[in-house]
Amino acid sequence: MTTTLTRAEQAWQLLEGLSDPEIPVITLRELGILREVREGAQGLEVVITPTYSGCPAMGQIEDDVRSTLAAAGLQAKVVTQLAPAWTTDWMTEAAREKLRAYGIAPPHACASEKTGSASVVQFAARSAKTEAVHCPQCGSINTTETSHFGSTACKALYRCLDCMEPFDYFKPY
Amino acid sequence: MQAPVDYLLHLADNALVLGQRNAEWCGHGPILEEDIALSNNSLDLIGQARLLYQHAATLMGQGATEDTLAYFRDVPDFKNYTLCELPHLPLMSATACGDRDFATTIVRNFLYSSLMVLVWDRLQLSKDEQLAAIAAKSLKEVRYHLRHSRDWLVRLGDGTDESHQRAQAALDALMPYTSEFWVASAQEAAAQANGCGLDMAELRADWNTIVNAALQEATLQRPADSAFVPTGKQGVHSEHLGFMLAEMQSLARQHPGATW
Repeated sequence: MTTTLTRAEQAWQLLEGLSDPEIPVITLRELGILREVREGAQGLEVVITPTYSGCPAMGQIEDDVRSTLAAAGLQAKVVTQLAPAWTTDWMTEAAREKLRAYGIAPPHACASEKTGSASVVQFAARSAKTEAVHCPQCGSINTTETSHFGSTACKALYRCLDCMEPFDYFKPY
Repeated sequence: MQAPVDYLLHLADNALVLGQRNAEWCGHGPILEEDIALSNNSLDLIGQARLLYQHAATLMGQGATEDTLAYFRDVPDFKNYTLCELPHLPLMSATACGDRDFATTIVRNFLYSSLMVLVWDRLQLSKDEQLAAIAAKSLKEVRYHLRHSRDWLVRLGDGTDESHQRAQAALDALMPYTSEFWVASAQEAAAQANGCGLDMAELRADWNTIVNAALQEATLQRPADSAFVPTGKQGVHSEHLGFMLAEMQSLARQHPGATW
């Protein structure tokens, strides 16, 4: 039996396979950037949410979404939605495993960050402790942070003290 | 409910001006990691500024865009804290920008991000939903900025004689500029009145707690409060902003409407 897909379902299928321009092993859906495809008042709308406010890949992602749909004869408006704010907690377990295999240590959970001034003050009083991050190459926990900021806004630079390999750590956000 | 446009511009101008300043380290960082760190910090700040300008432009209408707001306004239109526009030099150095003092950069980023973790946290409850959404994102980013600058503040202050002396000099020079945080401007009062802003004076005790704990750890002396209150957020700036804008805006003004 064949089922007829709606335009929105068809578009979702096309976009589901679209990979992140910076980290080609994971898709926009797995990262949580691609939120929704819907029929809006003026036609098809693709809802995406930015990772970091200044992430330079967002422009590329919009272009990729548009051109992928255009190639299949679909015109869509790309809508950027800020709330709820993107978080690395949305990343699927499969995506984390792919990151690790690609050489990027996946992010820890960040659900513990509470809001309210008391917890903000408490956060600020903690001196910057580096998190225990497993080396994606050899699995060792004996790693050290080289820099809070790495090759892209979303990553920190780490180094493994056992296998001596440098690696990226996807920061909890 | 929508925040007053001038209040959004105040928040956006802070982020843009400091983002532009920190970007001056791009290609000139004392070490490669710091070059990258400060560029990343700028990227976040400029990203926050863009979201705020886009929101303000939507409310303004009449052809306003993020670019007209960033590139086609002049010094008196900018509503940033004076602190954000100062060069990376101990003060009294005229407008020269050939040299950069890393301690000045770190102390400023620390004083500013200690404030903004509190501001963005509160603004998540703003009645302006778009502003609340921007605040939720910005809070995540400024936490990393605070971690970075606080870490360096302690390393410099509790470091060598020279790094301590430079960090103390930067603190002595910049601390008086923080008095501007606590004196409400017209746009802040308007935002607070319609439920989209906050009472800055309420943040002062928490800011002091954050700052004093870090200074103690860094073995730095907090200078006594002075009577000086800068007026950047009211559009009355130091001599430094004009030079910074001239550089930042020159390309857009020479080629208005140009696209990549």
